[in-house]
Parts: sequence; C-alpha cells; structure tokens
Amino acid sequence: MNLRVLPAAARRPASRDHSGFPDEALLALVAREDEEALAALYDRYSRVAYGLALRVVRDPALAEDAVQEAFLAVWRSAAGFRSDRAKPSTWILTLVHRRAVDVVRREERRRAVPLETTEQLDAYGLATDEEIELTDRRRLVQEALRQLPDEQREALELAYYAGLTQSELAERLSVPLGTIKSRMFTGLRRLRDILAEAGLDEPLAEL
Amino acid sequence: MEQELIHDLAAAYALDALDESERREFEEHLASCEQCSEELVGLGDAAAALAYVAEGPAPPAALRERLLDRVHEDRAPNVVPLRRRFALPAVASFAVVAAAAAIVLGVWAAGLSSSLDRKDAIARVLGDPTATSVSLGQSSRVSIGKDGQAVLVSRLSTAPPGKTYEVWVIPARGSAKPAGLFRVGRSASPMLLSRTVPEGAQLGISIERRGGAPHPTNILFVSSSA
Ligand SMILES: [Zn+2]
Repeated sequence: MNLRVLPAAARRPASRDHSGFPDEALLALVAREDEEALAALYDRYSRVAYGLALRVVRDPALAEDAVQEAFLAVWRSAAGFRSDRAKPSTWILTLVHRRAVDVVRREERRRAVPLETTEQLDAYGLATDEEIELTDRRRLVQEALRQLPDEQREALELAYYAGLTQSELAERLSVPLGTIKSRMFTGLRRLRDILAEAGLDEPLAEL
Repeated sequence: MEQELIHDLAAAYALDALDESERREFEEHLASCEQCSEELVGLGDAAAALAYVAEGPAPPAALRERLLDRVHEDRAPNVVPLRRRFALPAVASFAVVAAAAAIVLGVWAAGLSSSLDRKDAIARVLGDPTATSVSLGQSSRVSIGKDGQAVLVSRLSTAPPGKTYEVWVIPARGSAKPAGLFRVGRSASPMLLSRTVPEGAQLGISIERRGGAPHPTNILFVSSSA
C-alpha cells in the first residue's frame, strides 16, 4: 500500500484536533512532521499571510506563491525555530513577508505601481465571529501607526508594504539614506512600545 | 561598515528593507551581536504587527489544498516504497554500496532536513553490510548503521483512524525519546528514524493519538538491546 493512493479525506486533515493548541505546540508538532499541525497553523495565519503577501506583490497568483513558499519553509525549518528569538506568529509572518519581498523584487512590479498608504486600503470587511479578533488587531495597529509622526509612518509603510530597500526609499522620497534609517529605527521602536502598551503581544487566539 | 552604523540596521532588517548584500552583512553581524539579537525580538514583533493592517480577501481554498499536497509529498519519501535502485539488499555489490556511500557523504554535511538526504541516508543504512538488525515483534525490524542512523521497516497494519504509531529510542539510562511517527505499516517502506540509536539502547513502538506523544503511553513492542 502506498500513501499516494489513500483517499483524499485521509490526507486532508480538518485540523480540528489541533485547533486548541497554542502556536508553540503546533510548531513543535510540525517539527516532528505532523501535517495536521501545519494545517492548523495555516488555518490560523493564512488570512493575515495572504493579505500581507497580496499587499506587497499586488498579484493574486504571486501572493499565493509567496504564502505557499513561506508555509513550506515553516514545514521544513520548524525544527530550527527558536522561541527565545521570536514568537511563532512573528516567525511565520516574517517568512511570508520575506518571500513576498523577494518575489516583488524579482518581478520589479513595485516600480510600476503607485505607492499607497494604509488609509487607502480599507475595502475588505471581515464578518465572521472568528475574524473579529483579526479586525480588532488590525484597528489596534492602525491606531498605533496613527500615533507616529507622518514621516516615520511613511517610512515604515513604504518599506514594509512596498518592499522597497532603504536605498530605494531614500531615492523615492529624495532624502538622505541616513535620514531614512533613523526614521525607520525610531518609528519601529516607537511602534513596538505603543503596541506593547496596548497589549498586542498575545498570539492569535486558538480559533 | 562601522559598528555603530551596523547596529542601526536592525530596524531595516526587521522590515526587510535591506538589499541582499546588506542583509547578508547584517546577518553575519547578528550572529555575534547579542544587543542586536535582543533588539530584534521586539522590532520583529512590531514589523510583523504591520501584517495585520494589510488585511485583504481570504486566500483561495485551492491554496490550502496545494500547500498540504506539497507538504505531503515532501514527507512522502519517508513512507512510500523506495525506488528500486535504493532498495539495496544487504549483500549488494561493494561497488554499488561504495557509490551510494560516496553520494551520501557529499550531502551529509547539509544535514538530514530534505527528503533527498533522508532517502540517501536510508540507502546507506540498508546498503551497509555491517548494520545491526533488531526485531520489534513479528512484523517490524530496525537496521542500525555504524553511526547510529537507523531505518525502520514495518509490516504492522495501518494505524486506526486518529491514531499513529510512534517509534522510541530507549537509552540504557534515561527516558524514551521519540524517533518518528508512521501510520501505514503494510507498505513495508523504510523510514529513517529522526534520532540516532546509541549503543546499548532499546527500541520501542507505541500507539498514540495522531500527532504523537512526548512520552510513550501505550507501548506495543520493545526490542532487545541494540
Ligand atoms: Zn549589533
């Protein structure tokens, strides 16, 4: 008997068993090649991951590629995850962002499209109970961003969402590289402090 | 780059705003700078928080299917029958074994992370005429190479729904350590254990809830000492 001929249902875990597990436990199981645990992590973070990837690469097919590559990286390198260095959610979203940025730089798409800030992208309403927490979280981060000085917020948003390097940013905004660096550094530190105060250091609830 | 300046790249690194050479340079620095490593914990969280603002439509359901297929294929070399050329009998000709070993040694340094490495390691253990073989009950055997790499071949019936078999390495002193999960027994496909087997250790197979357990709860078989 060969696993490849198992009925589809046997290979499509509903991840119901794992849905209550904390992120760290799921990652530990993924490190032991538990496919259901990976499915559970995907179910928990794919919405954010795909939204992020789409925002960066601006193309649904490329966004899917970035998300898939990122979760494959989660699958393959979970054993190397260090909980003293990052929260699981940060690690996962960092992998997604890195893939998306690599894709967009390869495609050089970002040069062709106008840059947008968060205010312009507010079109997707989230309705289901399970997504209310995501919406709350999103509001909280938006609120924190609004507390930053404009030029710091702009630097963070353009770097993170448009996938620009610091040198490209300096060129785009016609300011010295040193200025961009300090805007990013000061802005990101401040964002970290505001978010910590607002209590955004909990992982997403085990939905 | 001056030290003072390179610490300042932590934020740009967290935001992925470095080009490839800057990224490499910072990662080299990061490996030896505790200050940046610590700072990056908080900066990484702050950067990742920006992901929540980028909310868009839900990903298509087909993406989940595709990902889980890829994951499954990635894992499959562990459990599907080996390609014929890998299924070396213990008395395989010296030349074939030596060739397999040479290929394997080349990839050894890269670790056993990829399925290809696993396949090569399996070939090496099964092709090693000096490997030790131990039985676990009537239907499972483990071959253990000189370096402790071990390959399980089992003809147990498929684990019941919601259950999995778990392999354990039981050292002469200390508690049993998990060494891999499998469900499909009758395939008789070799599985590389995720842990090496030290001399004098025993092996065990238990049946556990899917996903496995940190400690064996329901041992089915225990071998004699390896
Ligand atoms: Zn440093």
